[in-house]
Amino acid sequence: MTDLIVFLVLSLVAIASALGMLFSRNAVYSALFLVLNFVVVAVFYLLLGAPFIAMAQITVYAGAIMVLFLFVIMLLGAENLPPSEVLPWQRPLAILLSTILAVESIYLVFARARSGTSIISPDASVNSIENVREMAMTLFNQYLLPFEVTSILLLVAMVGAIVLNKREKAG
Amino acid sequence: MVTVDYYVALSAILFTIGALGVLSRRNPLIIFMSIELMLNAANLAFVAFASVYESFNGQIFVFFVIAVAAAEVAVGLALIVEIFKSKKNINIDDMNSLKG
Repeated sequence: MTDLIVFLVLSLVAIASALGMLFSRNAVYSALFLVLNFVVVAVFYLLLGAPFIAMAQITVYAGAIMVLFLFVIMLLGAENLPPSEVLPWQRPLAILLSTILAVESIYLVFARARSGTSIISPDASVNSIENVREMAMTLFNQYLLPFEVTSILLLVAMVGAIVLNKREKAG
Repeated sequence: MVTVDYYVALSAILFTIGALGVLSRRNPLIIFMSIELMLNAANLAFVAFASVYESFNGQIFVFFVIAVAAAEVAVGLALIVEIFKSKKNINIDDMNSLKG
């Protein structure tokens, strides 16, 4: 019972912060709401027995990526963009389409629910050391090649970001 | 009792909010944040199923998704800064040509 209450309160915070991100006029507020959402999702990862992913989420998403976002927003001065000419049917059509998406996906989730088989054990033992050790064993044995490809991908992204913003030499 | 369906439903709701953001907002930075929100919703479903099936493969996938998202954000924000420097604004309607 308590885990249901914890889940409901946390999901309320997650949905409210996502909506706050969507409807804020100021882009800085949007970024801060998104940080709150990422932290709440990290707490969900802890509840699901994935402490390593939770820490990676907070470090990489809430730390690195959102700081980059805030930096670019303030660098460009894009907090409040002037409203452009809006297509008249864009907003209602977007709301209609995403309502259809939400209703359909939630219906599919609960229509295919196999009751009894899919209960998350309430004592999903959050043993951090064990979790990290198991993940490292899987990552460096079964997924070694994708791990190395990821490092090349990060290198390419770094080179790309530097080349894109390099000052062009005259002539 | 909290079943995995609750987590998947929450993931679907967060994904829909992200899709609504991409469809309805005009600020490219907000659109970028909505894409991050959708990636995050997919990660939540991955971890929920990994917890149900007691397998680490889902968590490994989330790890890779986080790495790819970091790379994507670095390149995407560099592109936005570059477009801002050449066009002096970042209105999404003006980004209709590939020529700089």
